[in-house]
Amino acid sequence: MSSSTPISGDSGSDPQSRRRGQLKVFLGYAAGVGKTYRMLEEVQHLKRQGNDIVVGYFEPHGRKDTIAKTVGLEMIPTSTIRYRTSTFQEMDIDAILRRRPAICVVDELAHTNVPGSQRAKRWEDVQMLLDAGINVMTNMNIQHLESLNDQIYRITGVRVRETVPDWFVKSAAEVVMVDATTGALLNRLKRGDIYAPEKAQQAMENFFKESTLTALRELAMRQAAHELELREIASTSEERRPQEEPSSASPSSPKATIDRILIYVSADSSTAMLIRRGRRMADYLGADCFAVSVVPLRDKGRLPTQDRNAMEKHLNFARNLHIEARILEGDDAAETIADFAHRNQITQILLSRCDHSSWSRLFGSDLIPRVVQKARDIRVIIVAERKRPN
Amino acid sequence: MMNDSSQRPSPEQLLAQIEQEERRERRGRLKVFLGYAPGVGKSFQMLDEGRRRRERGEDVVVCALQPEYPPEVETVLRKLENIPTLKTADGEAIDVAAVLQRKPQVALVDGLAYENPSDCLNAHRWQDVEQLLEAGISVIATVNLQYLEKHSDEVERITGKRVSCTIPRGFLDRSADEIVVVDAPATESLSRQVAPGDRAALLAEGHKLSRLRELALLVAASVIDRQLESYLRSHGMDSSWGVQERILVCVTPRSNAAKMLESGRRNADRFQGQFYVVYVQQPVLSQQDRQVLQQNLDYARQLGAQVEVLSGLDATDAILKFARQKGITQIFVGHSMREGGWRRLWGNSIKRLIRSAEGIDVVVYPH
Repeated sequence: MSSSTPISGDSGSDPQSRRRGQLKVFLGYAAGVGKTYRMLEEVQHLKRQGNDIVVGYFEPHGRKDTIAKTVGLEMIPTSTIRYRTSTFQEMDIDAILRRRPAICVVDELAHTNVPGSQRAKRWEDVQMLLDAGINVMTNMNIQHLESLNDQIYRITGVRVRETVPDWFVKSAAEVVMVDATTGALLNRLKRGDIYAPEKAQQAMENFFKESTLTALRELAMRQAAHELELREIASTSEERRPQEEPSSASPSSPKATIDRILIYVSADSSTAMLIRRGRRMADYLGADCFAVSVVPLRDKGRLPTQDRNAMEKHLNFARNLHIEARILEGDDAAETIADFAHRNQITQILLSRCDHSSWSRLFGSDLIPRVVQKARDIRVIIVAERKRPN
Repeated sequence: MMNDSSQRPSPEQLLAQIEQEERRERRGRLKVFLGYAPGVGKSFQMLDEGRRRRERGEDVVVCALQPEYPPEVETVLRKLENIPTLKTADGEAIDVAAVLQRKPQVALVDGLAYENPSDCLNAHRWQDVEQLLEAGISVIATVNLQYLEKHSDEVERITGKRVSCTIPRGFLDRSADEIVVVDAPATESLSRQVAPGDRAALLAEGHKLSRLRELALLVAASVIDRQLESYLRSHGMDSSWGVQERILVCVTPRSNAAKMLESGRRNADRFQGQFYVVYVQQPVLSQQDRQVLQQNLDYARQLGAQVEVLSGLDATDAILKFARQKGITQIFVGHSMREGGWRRLWGNSIKRLIRSAEGIDVVVYPH
């Protein structure tokens, strides 16, 4: 996985560097709501206005109306990747970079490339295009947003594997919600417009239940509203910055009251959930966010390799979500965390409720009460892994 | 036939009820495309849906249009049958009689919030639409957020302008079966409203539009939320797995609750959630404690919390029981930083609360 992107993310403000391309994301709540259709509608419009547009990747899904919208568009041929006994078609980034269009259209942002591709994820491919100054129009569904993964699981019962990190979506200039009623969507499914009959039946038993779709639809609307609010906050602070802040201003959150969140990273499997929750909170609050783990000072050997690896994995996950990750050394985890929190003006500490790993054997089982005690004036949030009812 | 008038509905009542149900069955369905400004693409999406339905064999006619359209919309319009509006000196109106006579399955109405010319039977277009629905014709219509009376205050706060002709509060909730939000960046709409080159005006207008856009999304989300809730209720499903957060703030006479309450309110708002405040009765309270407690509970009510006073020998048990009943997702508690009280408090309640509150977040606030 790539972790080369800087935490601040936005390189567009530096006039020295080449201008980063702009990203536009069409956000839907399920297959078949019309994301690609709507996107191509706009592409045709832009093309008529004389823009230089190519299609980098298009997934036809056998949908007639959508395919009709690609008529007259320049399609960049995909590259063929051989994996085991089959061949797969992936977006040909090198070809697009050579062609250098003003705008490139990329279907299905959350797609995972087949092993053997240059990059693991399509959003990383898109990142390449943006870095090269190419504007990108793309689409995804709400269930692919990384920080919503647990919530989506609770709603759908499905653990979505293909995810896009929130910071990447946040870097988009525009996020547009593509809406359709759940009734219309279910009709499309029944007519066979979305999937082939046998797959449609299967889909209706899983994702395409009316209650599930309705919950996802609401979630997508709220997310779209939230994305808008984030851009609004960023743009107003951008305008005010010159007169209100001297040059020494720190390059941090645009909001006046700065929340700082600390996520305690252990080897426990609930940590991934904790990191996602922390990321979401930080986004809502416009807060800075740290992921911190503690290893014993004197005797690192006491830490089983398995735990060490799990912890590293969690820290990397946090880094991928653009959370600053640190390993602290100390024999008393509670004290080490509280100490770090106080020195770094942390306002909220996030711990996970279930911590049954050897971690707790190592540092004692009363980590939570001890952190609460030592945190004194800092808010402590004990985050529970939410169960899916029934 | 025997007729026990006190127990059962009268035959007249029964008949009326059946007739009402039949009327509802016969009634057309109303689908509304909601946008936040002109130029976001409502017309196109609505008319394009009409086109698709027509191509699938539904009998679709257009019965009200905007004065002007971009070429993409014109292309779609050419594929649709149009029943021209009645035009008079002071405006135009749907030709209701002609539409009723033609009796299509679906009528397309671009712009629901119009006022009819003075010589029309109905003063407002939404009344015309009501008439079509009653006659069993389904209607697909577009509307702008600012014309919904229900949200006109919020819109006015953003734009500083008050719109005169609005669609009454109950109409959409009562009549609209479905709502689709039409979301698009503000740029298109902006270029229509602001002279090029006026950067300050452009920025100000851009912010307004952006806030309207956000409002439209949230309005649609809350409509969807109501749909979800009624669906879950009618299917006897547990509604605790929705998108909602249910927040429970526990106050005590000692707690400095204002911060906790405000934060609880914000959290609940953000997720369209519910907000409860409880106090577990304690046997003896000093005069001063009673006063502080009363202040806290008053403030909670002021913030719109559902306030409940619980009783029970054990505060933690009482709180947990309440939390389970209400499907609470987050419990807010305060803890004292004073060393003395700390140990007792901790040992007795908060520690156990955290340990037992399975599936619920516990947020510990310093006091």
